[in-house]
Amino acid sequence: MSSVATPAPVSGRRRRRTKLQRRQSRLAWLLLLPALAVVAFVAIYPLGKTVYQSFTNQEFLAGITPTKWVGLENYRTLWHDTLFRNSVIETVKFTLITVSFEFVLGLVIALVVNSSFKGRGLMRAVMLVPWAIPTVVAAKMWQWMLDDVFGVVNDIGVRTGILSHPHAWISDPATALASVCAVDIWKTTPFVALLLLAGLQVIPRDLYEAADVDGAGPVQQFFRITLPLLRPAILVVLIFRTLDALRVFDVFYVFFGQRPDTQTMAIYNQSTIVGDGHVGYGAAISVAIFLIISLFVVIYVTFVRVTDE
Amino acid sequence: MSTAAEAGRARTRPTSRAYWLRRSPVGRFIKRLAFWVLIAAIFIYALFPFYWAVRSAFTPPSELFNTPIQYFPTHPTLANFRDALNTDFFRRALLNSTIVAGSVTLISLLIGSLAAYALGRFRFRGRSAVLYLMLSMTIFPQIAILGALYTMISNFHLYNTLGALILTYLIFTLPFTVWVLTTFMRGLPGDLEEAAYVDGATPIQVFYKVLLPLIAPGLVTTGLLAFIAAWNEYLYAVSFIQTPQNYTVPLAITSFVGKSGQAFQVPWGSIMAATVIVTLPLIAATLVLQRRILAGLTAGAVKG
Repeated sequence: MSSVATPAPVSGRRRRRTKLQRRQSRLAWLLLLPALAVVAFVAIYPLGKTVYQSFTNQEFLAGITPTKWVGLENYRTLWHDTLFRNSVIETVKFTLITVSFEFVLGLVIALVVNSSFKGRGLMRAVMLVPWAIPTVVAAKMWQWMLDDVFGVVNDIGVRTGILSHPHAWISDPATALASVCAVDIWKTTPFVALLLLAGLQVIPRDLYEAADVDGAGPVQQFFRITLPLLRPAILVVLIFRTLDALRVFDVFYVFFGQRPDTQTMAIYNQSTIVGDGHVGYGAAISVAIFLIISLFVVIYVTFVRVTDE
Repeated sequence: MSTAAEAGRARTRPTSRAYWLRRSPVGRFIKRLAFWVLIAAIFIYALFPFYWAVRSAFTPPSELFNTPIQYFPTHPTLANFRDALNTDFFRRALLNSTIVAGSVTLISLLIGSLAAYALGRFRFRGRSAVLYLMLSMTIFPQIAILGALYTMISNFHLYNTLGALILTYLIFTLPFTVWVLTTFMRGLPGDLEEAAYVDGATPIQVFYKVLLPLIAPGLVTTGLLAFIAAWNEYLYAVSFIQTPQNYTVPLAITSFVGKSGQAFQVPWGSIMAATVIVTLPLIAATLVLQRRILAGLTAGAVKG
């Protein structure tokens, strides 16, 4: 901004200020140095290395096959890899289901908790509990709740007559995905609700009062006031939840291990690298995942741009 | 001025309810009932799985694997907790996770607060580029660099050590810490800082004598969030750790097996006791710092 060259008379005062600025800027970079060094070492360098590895046939046990450059070989294999294709489909399905449920349920909860009532503070505290529980722990809790013989979900289902007989939720391929989604939705919906609640609370009350005076009903107020003004919060929530869901690993790994019909992209990638030791091919999968996630970011950003115009 | 506004608001407050619901007592009752039913449903939905873990942890194994299911432990016992804590790798895991999450948090806060000082209180070229870099790092998919990290770690002979985790967890804790602390730093008024400079303080003195105490609440909140993230991490732990004595908590939780003689049966009682043990401190810390965490979330959402 200030770099536009204006042939201003160089006064003594101005020169002193630039000197101070230069000293400030040097100090700032010095303060940033440790953080930038760490980020470069643990994130940027490995990212570059991953891209390089994806063009090689590197194996973890390097003694067996010497590592050499194979060009696009890995990517060609990946294109025809049905296991990978299935893992992408599984992950996208999981993402669509969980993000939409979390958003709708979270919005309902946020609207309910937003009205003032006794115990609202307690309610907000309660909503932080699922968020604070580690994902692996939450997965274990639900695995036990969904147990086919001694699980409470089957017990409640049978007692209330919703289920005619106990069901093996996790091992039955028809309900496997639904049961992982249930864990994620339980753990994350309250968090989504809290973020949306924060967005709701900055909407000025006057708007609703004015709408009341004009005779707008609650439904109309929701669609004309609440939803448009909540848009920034909604977009943030959707973007972060989508990116999070696309890299899902923990719940699937705890529930299914490496069962091939229920692998996510992250699990397939991890088992290729760590389980099989195919570092080169695994790197190609990593790059593909990175591109798929970037694609979602681009879609969101374009959507925001288009609707803003 | 403000009282006039208040009065005006009070006069025009026919709140946003359908007409008959507001007027008839039956309608009002139905509305209130529906509201509290919803509240109760949310309450139960959020807490039931945790309640179930607690009740299973206190239920003796003999009753745990019996139908019909008891919804409340009739013979509460501490046996499951004893079993869990007597499991070697679980005790080690509590220690290991504390070491890993503690170190990662301290390093992140130390390096992160310096960076946040630069980003929040200085004007220099490249500042927004660094901020963007940090923001994009917070949504960086960790899986994308697993292979490179795996080979790096084995080259440094860090495979199967806690050091591998401390190093790699910085990927997600550090950028996040920098980002949040920068918003805290930016929010501080400039007067105190200027006064200190007038008194002849150096920038470093200003940092740790003036600014750091002022953002102490921010440090606590950010530290807690970083600690929770490191405590919960699973992908890198499962990839870089091999032997039970180096397990972290999530690895230990997934590694309980039945005692000899009943190896086929998953020891759900001990597992649930373990989940309660590792979760309680997190829940307690979260509830104590609830307002701060919510404030942090609010700031993020509004700024986003």
